[in-house]
Amino acid sequence: MAGPSVRKSSIYLSLTGALAVLFLGMLLHAKVQAGRAMNQRESNTALVRSLGLTDLCIFTEARYTRHPAMADRHAAFQDHPMGLDHFPSGSLVAPPTFPSPHARPHPALPQHP
Amino acid sequence: MRAPTQRYRNILDFALSSLLRRKGRNLSLTGVYTLVVFVLASLIFFVQALKREARELLVQAPDMVVQRLVAGRHDPILAAQAEAIRSIRGVLEVRPRLWGYYYDPAFGGNLTVMANEHEPIAADAVWIGQGVARNMRVNEGDLISLRAYDGLPMLFLVQKILPTESELVSSDLVLMAPRDVRSLFHFPEGLATDLAITAGNPRELPTIAAKIVERFPDARPILKAELLRTYEAVFDWRGGLMVVVLGSALLSFVIFAWDKATGLSAEERREIGILKSIGWESSDVLLLKFWEGTVVSLTAFLSGILLAYVHVFFFSARLFEHALKGWSVLFPRYRLLPALDGYQLTVLFFLTVLPYTAATLVPIWRAATVDPDAAMRT
Amino acid sequence: MIELVQVVKTFQAGLATPFTAVDGVSLSIPEAQITVLKGPSGSGKTTLLTLIGCMARPTSGRIHLHRLPGNVLPQLQAGDSVEITSLPERFLTAIRRRTFGFIFQQFNLIRGISVLENVMLPAYPTGEDHRSVEARAVQRLESLGLGRHLRASVERLSGGEAQRVAIARALINDPTVLIADEPTAHLDSRLSEDFMALMGQFKAAGKTLLITSHDPIVHGSPLADRVVELRDGQIVAEP
Repeated sequence: MAGPSVRKSSIYLSLTGALAVLFLGMLLHAKVQAGRAMNQRESNTALVRSLGLTDLCIFTEARYTRHPAMADRHAAFQDHPMGLDHFPSGSLVAPPTFPSPHARPHPALPQHP
Repeated sequence: MRAPTQRYRNILDFALSSLLRRKGRNLSLTGVYTLVVFVLASLIFFVQALKREARELLVQAPDMVVQRLVAGRHDPILAAQAEAIRSIRGVLEVRPRLWGYYYDPAFGGNLTVMANEHEPIAADAVWIGQGVARNMRVNEGDLISLRAYDGLPMLFLVQKILPTESELVSSDLVLMAPRDVRSLFHFPEGLATDLAITAGNPRELPTIAAKIVERFPDARPILKAELLRTYEAVFDWRGGLMVVVLGSALLSFVIFAWDKATGLSAEERREIGILKSIGWESSDVLLLKFWEGTVVSLTAFLSGILLAYVHVFFFSARLFEHALKGWSVLFPRYRLLPALDGYQLTVLFFLTVLPYTAATLVPIWRAATVDPDAAMRT
Repeated sequence: MIELVQVVKTFQAGLATPFTAVDGVSLSIPEAQITVLKGPSGSGKTTLLTLIGCMARPTSGRIHLHRLPGNVLPQLQAGDSVEITSLPERFLTAIRRRTFGFIFQQFNLIRGISVLENVMLPAYPTGEDHRSVEARAVQRLESLGLGRHLRASVERLSGGEAQRVAIARALINDPTVLIADEPTAHLDSRLSEDFMALMGQFKAAGKTLLITSHDPIVHGSPLADRVVELRDGQIVAEP
């Protein structure tokens, strides 16, 4: 006789138990971090207060994405030359091919001397 | 010894053996499932964390910002209007803000140039955000050159780089003395970009806004509440769009799971018949199928969530970077602070674990109530 | 002892083509003996087995189980009698588990699962401790000469081995009655003789055996205490 085998359920339950412990660890970590975050947030709120900032710096491609709260109500195609707007039409209309003197002209267009 | 839990464990044993028979199929199913949970959870964690930062930080934003509209567009406002607004009852402070955008042709990114009125910055010196320093490859003490309105270069000394932790609000900022902002943009004296207003009592803000519009019909007041609402909307919209995309992914997964996990084969039917004939009750068969569904979905749920947590809060949602970056050249690198809430986790749980378990159980219902003698009559 | 009184089983009753598989059978099956039900296919043998084994309910008639083993249901004592046709499914399953072990014609083993686990399966829902079930299963398999195949997958076994696994499975809950449906249909003569010898051992150990067969090795065996012949759902002869 080979001796009683390790039950599959024991293996599964201990793996799931380990995952559950990690899960609880994650909740705990989030809690600890949230406490620690107060300091970081304090320096940020000080900056927001002293400069009178109105927006988070998340998307920098255009005026209305950099400062969504400050943007004109219907802002499209007016800032970054490559900026697409957030209306559905923005996915249909391509951005200009050579938007600024610094960009290279489109190869398909005739080259001016 | 007969413990009530033994029955559950015994049947779990068999469920695992049963799953292991089709190891490849069930492992890939769990893999796909984990991926779906991972992407959904990453998205929810990410949006949730940003939303919370916006809420916590923008509480300190000005109570109201007054812009001037010319031909429907935002235009500089007369600093003299500040005096008139200050005289409105309830207004505590009016602060003209001087700021604008600068497109840097060298690296192709947009910067936000702002006058720092609170802490004096020396002439010809700047404080820059981490994103600017990274893109321009400069350190404190270096010189940077900005092209003024007339095309001539202006040189600035980088006096200070704003701390990394503040990147979420300051990544693209270039702070300088008000005089330098004016000469860079040829911004006339007596004009400001907009006015930041502090009220004594926030509840009076709508009244104050109404009075401002009455006095200056071309003014556009933006209340802090609107500003916060904009953020809620922005994340809902972005989050919302992605949830739609992911929702369809989830739906197709449910269809896939339905097909794979419940396409009750003749073989499975036969097995249920055998189990019934050797003394299993319908409830035992249902418990077996419940375990089969739970083993896959719970494993996928827990590992998907854990991976998402590590992804979003340790690796700054690296996989979303391309979607978020869009067309921006200057991309802020912020480390998000964990924001978990039980509600989100519960929603995720019900969105992912429940459909699968239900999909495995429902079609079994009929088969499980088959007569035990069915196995003998084949 | 099992006692059947005027048992009738009609399939598709109420439909246009009702079919009566068992038609008024009265029979008593004594304890610790081998009873063989003999008859051509379609004579109602298998249906009768399912009725006796609490797998299906008769359309009419009564089936009494006398001298039940202990531990079947909390409300029953060892040695009680019970009339099974009126019991709800849950009770039937409980009685079936403790009282009857089945050996099916097609063996009905679950493929892809090890021999050991197949044998342990009927004990899983009883909530019995895993280790003691495993020890008993190993012991049963070893006594049937299958000790080498414990971890093997059942589809690798020969027909004779598969049947012995099925026998070990039928014995795992230590039933008082063993029911075998055409047990020798897939066996050659030598294996069929071995099977009957094994049944003889179980009889000696006090088990009640009920076997259906039209194989002369079974119904002609000197071990068979009683042969009941069925035809068209009715008992035709009982020597």
